[in-house]
Amino acid sequence: MKVALFIPCYIDQFYPKVGIATLQLLEKMGCEVVFPQNQTCCGQPMANSGYEHITGDCTKLFQDNFDEYDYVVSPSGSCTLHVKEHIPLKGRIYELIEFITDILKVESLEGEFKHKVGLHQSCHGQRGLHLSQMSELNAPFFSKPEQLLKNLKGLDLITLDRKDECCGFGGTFCVAEEAVSVRMGQDRLGDHLKNGTEILTGGDTSCLMHLEGIIRREKHAMKVMHIAEILNQAIS
Amino acid sequence: MKTHSEAAEVFNKDFDRTTWHDQTLFMVRQKRDKAAFQIDDWELLRETASQIKNNVLSNMHNYLLQFEENASNNGIKIHWAADAKEHNEIVYGIISDYYRGEIPVDTFKGMVKSKSMLTEECHMNEFLAEKGIEVIDTDLGERIVQLAEEPPSHIVMPCIHWKKEEIGELFHKHLGTEKGNKDPQYLTEAARQHLRDKFLTRPIALTGVNFAVAETGEFVVCTNEGNADMGAHLADVHIASMGFEKIIPQKKHLGVFLRLLARSATGQPITTYSSHFKKPRDGQQMHIVIVDNGRSTQLGREDFRNSLKCIRCAACFNTCPVYRRSGGHSYHSAVAGPIGSILAPNLDMRANADLPFASTLCGSCSNVCPVKIDIHQQLYKWRQVLVQEGYTSMSKTLAMKGMSTVLSNPSVFKFSGKVGRMLMDKLPFLVNNNMNPWYKQREMPEPPEESFRDWYKKNKK
Amino acid sequence: MSSRENILSKIKQNQPELLPLPDLSVLGSEKYDLVEKFTEILEGIGGKVLQVSDIEEIKNYIISNYPINARVISTLPAFSDNRDWQTADPHSLKDAEFLIIKGQFAVAENGAIWLTESEIGQRVAPFITQYLAIIIEKSSILPTMHQAYEEIGSIDYGFGVFLAGPSKTADIEQSLVLGAHGARGLVVFLV
Repeated sequence: MKVALFIPCYIDQFYPKVGIATLQLLEKMGCEVVFPQNQTCCGQPMANSGYEHITGDCTKLFQDNFDEYDYVVSPSGSCTLHVKEHIPLKGRIYELIEFITDILKVESLEGEFKHKVGLHQSCHGQRGLHLSQMSELNAPFFSKPEQLLKNLKGLDLITLDRKDECCGFGGTFCVAEEAVSVRMGQDRLGDHLKNGTEILTGGDTSCLMHLEGIIRREKHAMKVMHIAEILNQAIS
Repeated sequence: MKTHSEAAEVFNKDFDRTTWHDQTLFMVRQKRDKAAFQIDDWELLRETASQIKNNVLSNMHNYLLQFEENASNNGIKIHWAADAKEHNEIVYGIISDYYRGEIPVDTFKGMVKSKSMLTEECHMNEFLAEKGIEVIDTDLGERIVQLAEEPPSHIVMPCIHWKKEEIGELFHKHLGTEKGNKDPQYLTEAARQHLRDKFLTRPIALTGVNFAVAETGEFVVCTNEGNADMGAHLADVHIASMGFEKIIPQKKHLGVFLRLLARSATGQPITTYSSHFKKPRDGQQMHIVIVDNGRSTQLGREDFRNSLKCIRCAACFNTCPVYRRSGGHSYHSAVAGPIGSILAPNLDMRANADLPFASTLCGSCSNVCPVKIDIHQQLYKWRQVLVQEGYTSMSKTLAMKGMSTVLSNPSVFKFSGKVGRMLMDKLPFLVNNNMNPWYKQREMPEPPEESFRDWYKKNKK
Repeated sequence: MSSRENILSKIKQNQPELLPLPDLSVLGSEKYDLVEKFTEILEGIGGKVLQVSDIEEIKNYIISNYPINARVISTLPAFSDNRDWQTADPHSLKDAEFLIIKGQFAVAENGAIWLTESEIGQRVAPFITQYLAIIIEKSSILPTMHQAYEEIGSIDYGFGVFLAGPSKTADIEQSLVLGAHGARGLVVFLV
């Protein structure tokens, strides 16, 4: 299966390892992966700030890069959601985890990852893309990321007090509402620290970048890995 | 006036108090979950309520006429107020008429009022105070903030930001309770005695309206304390103020809304009292003031009209991670929280331009909403409107335009990305300073050796 | 043009196209033991529920649990012959300690009891007395609010209330306190 990789701008520039892990993981699962070279950004930072009307050029560029592919895959729930809701494509965009569970039909993964892992559910992945059931609804439980993580040998998935509270990143919210943003991040980390998370993971690098910023400032021992990095490492 | 983010920064200076505020409200969210999950049909109930309200919005004109006719036939006098000022004048007029135009200000004891966010929106207490009429708020939480000369910080739990020690001190000062006594039981008893005297002596009572039934001309008021009933049934004149969106078509629809309201609000199966006022009692006057105050404009905004479906349960407040960590007063609006942030810009875009940005768009609000208002989508849409109408700063617009230029031009993007990483790498003080809000309490990401695209070119192409 | 005409014409102009009302008949299919559910819920919100076999049992309970010299009012002949209070100035009920009445029906899912003027005698009565007792026939307990409104149907009243438990507040730091402004306690006698 041929897939085009959409690597969001901040992953390209600051977290290339997440892009590399995504690419390698998909290749291990038998996909032919291409990275259209002229891609930049989906336009979400502007749109969420109220500037959707100036994202036309971004949208056009995105379509020029990705329109020829049936499957576009991205290791970011947030950017995927934006593309889904705002950029019409000839094919379809999938967040990495949902692509693995829904299109590649992977029920569970064989592998090993001997750590206590805390999963941070990004709101856009969870409530936007329905990667897992939301705690507000009276509806049956499911979790696509947990489906892939839970069978890895040695992996201890941490149970949190608040399983799907927002981390406070929120795009430009993280600087426009700096005090609340940081406080939300601290509280999310507090939940993970209290319950024993060694490695914090998630499907959205933006949330993780924000949380990692606080971890490093406050000098916590917790490590941060994108879920693509864990899966890629576990099944190698 | 401080913007939401400025006020929130002040709020967050007290770390422990912010923790307490967050945890208290999250506990209410958990009570809501527990109550909601006991109803197998919960999601169907929400969908049904949503559809009833959609029908109401689409047939508002006829329902209002039907309500007016039926209520009038029941002996209730209906008044119409285009805006806050007219609402307040109507209320004053009713009091004045009761005294045949001459309110005996020296002996007149004023009015008791149960919870009505609409009168907060209209600033009615201040208006009547200027005319020498004292309004006593009778909901315990509202009485507390009234004594403290503050607005409510939450539409269901008005003094959720107050600690019992502080309430003890306030009551000691105003009600003469023992100094240092902070026992909720004791303080509530003191308020009971204090307010019982007011109920027994005030000739005018004002209540809000939770639901007004077009089919029968009756209206329903929900309280736990019984203050609306104590006021209304003892007073000679009962005035009920309602925004026109409180209309529902038929009595049987109350079954849907009363199942949802208290469970969503506090996790109770129903409020203690759901009082159905249909006719005035013998010798009593009953008035309803139907208020527009911008609602008909909102009804015409396709993207925002369904905010008028709100039944004021405040579930969106309790679940909102931003509200819990910034407090109701940060929203500088009678209705705070996520729903307030989509209602307030309709009333005044300039004054409330900050509110739709006081959210991470996490979407939890829309999920708890018992009438399925797409609150977080509307926050996003208000941002677009506010920017296009020119209510954001020029510097932000320039920054966004600059970002757009970079991001829509691959060669510029590749270049500026390199420069950005290089600057952070070589000259960290350019970015890592306190002018940069990210850096105040967070480290910047460590810039890698090469970007993903550089790696890809080297290794894959 | 008056405000009324202004508001109504603006609403007519701005309201969206007519949307249908949903079907309510699919709701309210909950199945549970009605007496058990009602008891559990009402006790959970601060009410007391007693199963009794006759009026004497109720009388004995009241005599042994409430001050005998306090003012008791009732709309039920078995408890009081006095009817004057029903037409008196409502303020005159301020010293009434105890009201005993019969509810029309009750709702299992939320512990609510439907009362109208004909049961309560005076609108203010169930709110102003310190304590409240309500007699409910077990056979009148309905599963949910949907059946409750069917039961009410188009019967006319001037004032009606769903009353669920004693008056309460949690406005001080979310600590639950019974007896805010209305009755401090509610006992329900199931017959």
